[in-house]
Amino acid sequence: MTVLAFTLILLFGAFCAGFIGSLSGLGGGVVIIPLLTVVLGVDIHYAIGAALVSVIATSSGSAAAYVREGITNMRLGMFLEIATTAGAVGGALLASIAPTSFIAILFGCTLIFSALNSLRKKEEHNVKSSSSLALALKLPSTYPTASGTVSYGTKNVIGGFSMMGLAGMLSGLLGIGSGAFKVIAMDNIMRIPFKVSTTTSNFMMGVTATASAVIYLQKGYIEPDICMPVVIGVLLGAMTGAKVLLKANPKKLRRFFAVIIIALALNMIYNGIKGNI
Amino acid sequence: MQNEKIGDRDIQLVIGNLLRYGVWTALGVAALGGLIYLFNHEQEIVHYSIFVEKDVNILTLTKETLGGVIRGRGDDVILLGILLLFLTPILRIVFSLVAFFLEKDYLYVAITLLVIAIICFSVFFGFAH
Repeated sequence: MTVLAFTLILLFGAFCAGFIGSLSGLGGGVVIIPLLTVVLGVDIHYAIGAALVSVIATSSGSAAAYVREGITNMRLGMFLEIATTAGAVGGALLASIAPTSFIAILFGCTLIFSALNSLRKKEEHNVKSSSSLALALKLPSTYPTASGTVSYGTKNVIGGFSMMGLAGMLSGLLGIGSGAFKVIAMDNIMRIPFKVSTTTSNFMMGVTATASAVIYLQKGYIEPDICMPVVIGVLLGAMTGAKVLLKANPKKLRRFFAVIIIALALNMIYNGIKGNI
Repeated sequence: MQNEKIGDRDIQLVIGNLLRYGVWTALGVAALGGLIYLFNHEQEIVHYSIFVEKDVNILTLTKETLGGVIRGRGDDVILLGILLLFLTPILRIVFSLVAFFLEKDYLYVAITLLVIAIICFSVFFGFAH
């Protein structure tokens, strides 16, 4: 394939990945890796590198708006970044020694878990009380809603911190934002309101991804010619997806895309077991 | 208390803008590099099915990239855009450090320094093999 054809196919594919990632709530990185490896035959290391660069771009771009609105809890994000960056460094170092078939199978399993998790019913909860560790770390805060400013408490800091370490490791190992795991840590374990959890997760992704991207860069995973169309395509796709999401029924869309993503994941696992990746 | 609240709000605005303009600058540079690259290499055959592991120090890499940018090499201009993209979250952390320091929140100054230390560790150990 010539460079021009490869770039155009990648640009189109990355646009679709960003679009699906935005509508399904899973992020563009998880769709771009199967596309690069299974469809275009690119080595999984280059695919992980390009996906991680696109994660930094999309998460920083969307985090900007939420930070300015004051929904993001910056102290919470900063504190949990200790766990995610440490995990990400570990994951990136592990990626350089782990066999590619192992990475492909783990990626497929993570993808299925994230897709099923996106279908789970989410209820907005709000605890009033906080654990003493949360108070010492000044984690409880407030966020703006349609009906005025709401304050919330924070529980189980150590449990959430540990889950964040795992989220960071998967991010560094697989080149994904691992937003699903970050939200589980904050929403389900620490009992932080869903909206604050998702926006703070987005806010943390850039720093987490950069911690492992620096290692990827030095090891040659980040190939500029692949990254350029991927980053631009994913970002444009994500922006289009966000516009569509305002008009469409997100529940039906989520179900539709979850099926597509599970099919992609099974394909990755199959190819990993057969040793094709 | 009132002053502190205004402080937090200002920080939110600055960090929000930093993230937004950082990403757009980085992507603009990468897109320009992409056009230069395509213009010079459009008919070449791609070879990404085999991974070639490298061990390059990020400082050497930055120096080589800047040299390539001066010579007008498209892939180096893309890489410069990617480096700018990495710099955006790092600048965000440095700015948070200054902000927590100005608010005299020394617990969070320490937490921010710890995150910076982990990223530095990743820079220095990423190529030590």
